[in-house]
Amino acid sequence: MPANPQLNANGELQHLLSIEGLPREILLQILDTAESFAGVTEREVKKVPLLRGKSVFNLFFEASTRTRTTFEIAAKRLSADVINLNIAVSSQSKGESLLDTVANLSAMQADLFVVRHASSGAPYLIARHVKPHEHVINAGDGRHAHPTQGLLDLYTIRHYKKDFNRLTVAIVGDVLHSRVARSLIHGLTTLGVPEVRVIGPQTLLPVGVESLGVRVFHDMRAGLKDCDVVVMLRLQSERMDGALLPSAKEFFKNYGLTADKLALARPEAIVMHPGPMNRGVEIDSSVADGPHSVILPQVTFGIAVRMAVMSIVAGN
Amino acid sequence: MKLLIKGGRVVDPASGRDAVGDVFISEGKISAKTGTVDRTIDAKGLVVAPGLIDLSARLREPGHEYKATLESEMDAAVAGGVTSLACPPDTDPPLDEPGLVDMLRRRAKALARARVYPVGALTVKLAGARLTEMTELAEAGCVAFSQANAPLADTQVLWRAMQYAATFGFPVWLRAEDVWLAKGGVAHDGEIATRLGLAGIPAFAETVALATILQLARATGTRVHLCRVSTALGVEMLRAAKQEGLPVTCDVGIHHVHLSEMDLGYYDSHCRLEPPLRSQRDREALAAGLADGTIDCAVSDHTPVDEDQKQLPFAEAEPGATGLELLLPLALKWGAERKLPLAATLARVTSEPARVLGAPSGRIEPGAPADLIVFDPQAPFRVMPETLKSQGKNSPFLGYELAGRVRATLVAGNVVFES
Repeated sequence: MPANPQLNANGELQHLLSIEGLPREILLQILDTAESFAGVTEREVKKVPLLRGKSVFNLFFEASTRTRTTFEIAAKRLSADVINLNIAVSSQSKGESLLDTVANLSAMQADLFVVRHASSGAPYLIARHVKPHEHVINAGDGRHAHPTQGLLDLYTIRHYKKDFNRLTVAIVGDVLHSRVARSLIHGLTTLGVPEVRVIGPQTLLPVGVESLGVRVFHDMRAGLKDCDVVVMLRLQSERMDGALLPSAKEFFKNYGLTADKLALARPEAIVMHPGPMNRGVEIDSSVADGPHSVILPQVTFGIAVRMAVMSIVAGN
Repeated sequence: MKLLIKGGRVVDPASGRDAVGDVFISEGKISAKTGTVDRTIDAKGLVVAPGLIDLSARLREPGHEYKATLESEMDAAVAGGVTSLACPPDTDPPLDEPGLVDMLRRRAKALARARVYPVGALTVKLAGARLTEMTELAEAGCVAFSQANAPLADTQVLWRAMQYAATFGFPVWLRAEDVWLAKGGVAHDGEIATRLGLAGIPAFAETVALATILQLARATGTRVHLCRVSTALGVEMLRAAKQEGLPVTCDVGIHHVHLSEMDLGYYDSHCRLEPPLRSQRDREALAAGLADGTIDCAVSDHTPVDEDQKQLPFAEAEPGATGLELLLPLALKWGAERKLPLAATLARVTSEPARVLGAPSGRIEPGAPADLIVFDPQAPFRVMPETLKSQGKNSPFLGYELAGRVRATLVAGNVVFES
């Protein structure tokens, strides 16, 4: 196995590609740094000069509004220049290869690439080919990883629960196709959460998922029992009726989060969702908007977490 | 032209002979008689063995000349000690017409390097619907019929194709993979694919298809050669089929004997192969099955791919690895790891594939074609793009040090490579 491509020779974060393989100290460094930025976002002048003069290229080979926007806000609050490229509709359709696109942008003096791509591993390919002073942040690759989402989930859990060492966390729904689930699982196990559960039908759980350190439940009620944190995953509409699931209605019946099922979790449990939500498919509106929901704070924390990652990776 | 290969360690896997001696060559054949010779090759300290016979090497002609040409790949073959190779029909257009096969054989013959045995397409355009004109193709030189890696989803067509081939005694070469179970997959469906977020091809995609093929072989009496077995259960099923007396043979890709899903590392697209690299347990079963003879031979499954098609995210990269020049060193490495005698190791890439092909080569005995190699089994070399003659530099072994260098390759008594 080659050396961890995310770390430089001194063991510092050179790129953020996946939470897997990152030492606990680096995860905590990111969360602590994010905490220090949380204040910035509430000030009147919401800027710090940590990335002044640096160019951040948002390379989105796959459509996204929320993630791209929060990266853009985070970069601007760090005083960086931000260039958004929606490559799904530009050079790729003209046949330019991924690496040619990156080489061209690199010639425009990029410092940081924020990459989203539909193919698992694409950010690794880019990271292998960028110049030593350039950095890559994975903003979601295929079903592999979405490390900044995982980190903002960890941040949210720490914010509400303080301590990772006594928690039971359940992740519910389409784990098979979810980069969010994979990143969060690695983060939770690295930070010492004693019980991580995944809940879903066999068709939506990847083979050997137990090897990631999780307990598998097919019965949502059993899986939610005494949970401190419930993370609902988005179910893509193209997967709602076919060979994976018969219908959204039946999915909701078995795996949708309702107030009645949530009552099985601990009374002070929090409910998370990476967004965008399908109300009435994976989560009932009364829960999404209810007292246990921390779904909107997640979005706010996401900005501070992305500021932290960008400043640690590319700051002077 | 008369030649003498003098003083080498002569290893003939067909007879098990392994002793220092001389090999005389006359009129392109191995000769028992001695006499004055035109040339003597000093093989002292080197091994003299039959040239390698590779049952799967893509030469990329016609249609994929930007990936490789007949010239480049025939150079690679003889540099790797491969004196005969079977090329699968997945060219562009596929080898589904006698004219194409004829042209390929003429071009290969004009180059006067390795012998080329074309494998004809089983169905027109490899589309899995209509049978090819197999007797015409056989007359043009096809030695067997295959779908290569193209799917044949319609089992009725498969059944009919096997019946038809059996009518004329043509062998059918098939890779066992259920097209529906493998749909969309790019890696072995296991823990590594789960971690990397790659769509999986389950092991039972192979065994389900294998069960179908074995049933049809039993029903039709077709001589079937199974290509690129990749799973432990697949090996087990083939062992049982052979014990039952079914006329089946099989091969394994030499990369699959050495590598597993673990080698994907951080999305190394050189490890994107068809079939996918499977678990370590599967790899161990393949290495053991090749040793005990359940798997008849090892092949390079040589697939030159250009850099542009490999410098892509794993799932988008074109599958395949270059292999003609690595077949010998990787076979030697496997034999050494299993502590096999050299003759037993070489049998898997010489006499056994010759038996599958029905070729007269692959042996050192009077009257056999003088397709021979002289090699140094210990000579180390580092696999580097610039040391490979193949136009395809795509190897999971780039940067590795391997042992086994060919010093001379003879085809029909002509020295076609020397180093």
